[in-house]
Amino acid sequence: MRCLKCGEKAIMELSRHNSAFCQPHYVEYFENQVERAIRRHQMFDRNDRILVGVSGGKDSLSLWHILVRLGYRAVGLHIHLGIDDYSKTSYGKALSFARERGLELIAVELAERYGMNVTQLARRVRQAPCSGCGLSKRYILNREAYERGFAVVATGHNLDDEAATLLGNVLHWQIGYLARQSPVLSSAGEKLVKKVKPLYTLTERETAAYALLHDIDYVVEECPNAPGAKSLLYKDVLARIEAESPGTKQRFFCEFLDHARPRFRAGGDEHTLRDCAMCGQPTTSGLCAFCRLWERAQRRAAKQKTHRPAVKEAIGDESEKTVSPY
Amino acid sequence: MVNSPLSKDPMKVIIRNPKRRQLELDGSRQVRDVLRELDLNPESVLVIRNGIMLTRDERVAAEDTIEILSAISGG
Repeated sequence: MRCLKCGEKAIMELSRHNSAFCQPHYVEYFENQVERAIRRHQMFDRNDRILVGVSGGKDSLSLWHILVRLGYRAVGLHIHLGIDDYSKTSYGKALSFARERGLELIAVELAERYGMNVTQLARRVRQAPCSGCGLSKRYILNREAYERGFAVVATGHNLDDEAATLLGNVLHWQIGYLARQSPVLSSAGEKLVKKVKPLYTLTERETAAYALLHDIDYVVEECPNAPGAKSLLYKDVLARIEAESPGTKQRFFCEFLDHARPRFRAGGDEHTLRDCAMCGQPTTSGLCAFCRLWERAQRRAAKQKTHRPAVKEAIGDESEKTVSPY
Repeated sequence: MVNSPLSKDPMKVIIRNPKRRQLELDGSRQVRDVLRELDLNPESVLVIRNGIMLTRDERVAAEDTIEILSAISGG
């Protein structure tokens, strides 16, 4: 295959665009897509301070890399989730990336701040780890951004993530989520910081290629909690459709944004935000979802400690500490 | 044919999906045929030879080593 722009040998083909690019023109294509998304949705400008959620994976590190490369003021935030060796490796990748490029990385360790990690949290509340993990990441990103005065939170969600989420929302007719799913969620009140997804027009394969071409050392291992996750099933289904009918994934999500989402928004309920009684972060009810979840986990941890302290203390289980989430 | 004992110079294929495994294929063929034979979706992987990404029409020689990297992550 030959590069669409210069005719040189191509290194990356994009079936959905019926095109292929050599290395320099692939990088140009990728960065143009990001810049176009930023401008189209007025995500931020070069005066804004941007907090990038950095997991150590290809998407978030590529996003951070490209924002800095394009001249944006981006600082990374890594949340250490405490998921076995996976979290240690992920933090190591994020830290190395930041050090090698002289970038600022803020790190928040869940167990240190809130008394237990994601695995312990899931065990306490008897839920799949992914729900508590996602909620905690969203909460901490927003709270850190607000308290540190960032204008916007940027995450590395790509087209595959967004299309898979959309498929899940459609399959279960999650009307509220359908109304809110967007590459830009505007700030609602001073405590709810604007959230953006500048990679939403690019696939995971395209992001992985960009990371490889820039020698970005990212965590390749899968999260040990991911197998069996519905998001992977939806991605697999969409990838199979895409292989047979290139462009379907992009049309599915982008045409949802243009044509369907406004209808869900028009029919949706408007919620009034108020401050959470415990942490002061914005919520639609008395206690925010984060506080409800963590309070439940800590109540159960304290109860278990009361019932069998000797055994736990003997093996030195740090998870038994009852610490206020705030 | 996968893992043929008759092959003199089998193509080495390293798959990181994300766990690493290695196998061998006989003979030269295009990237798209390698992926089809291994039942891998071309929309979900990158194929790399000597650090260079390959398009699906690229021919891989029998003595080559290629790496197939999964691009899909969960969460």
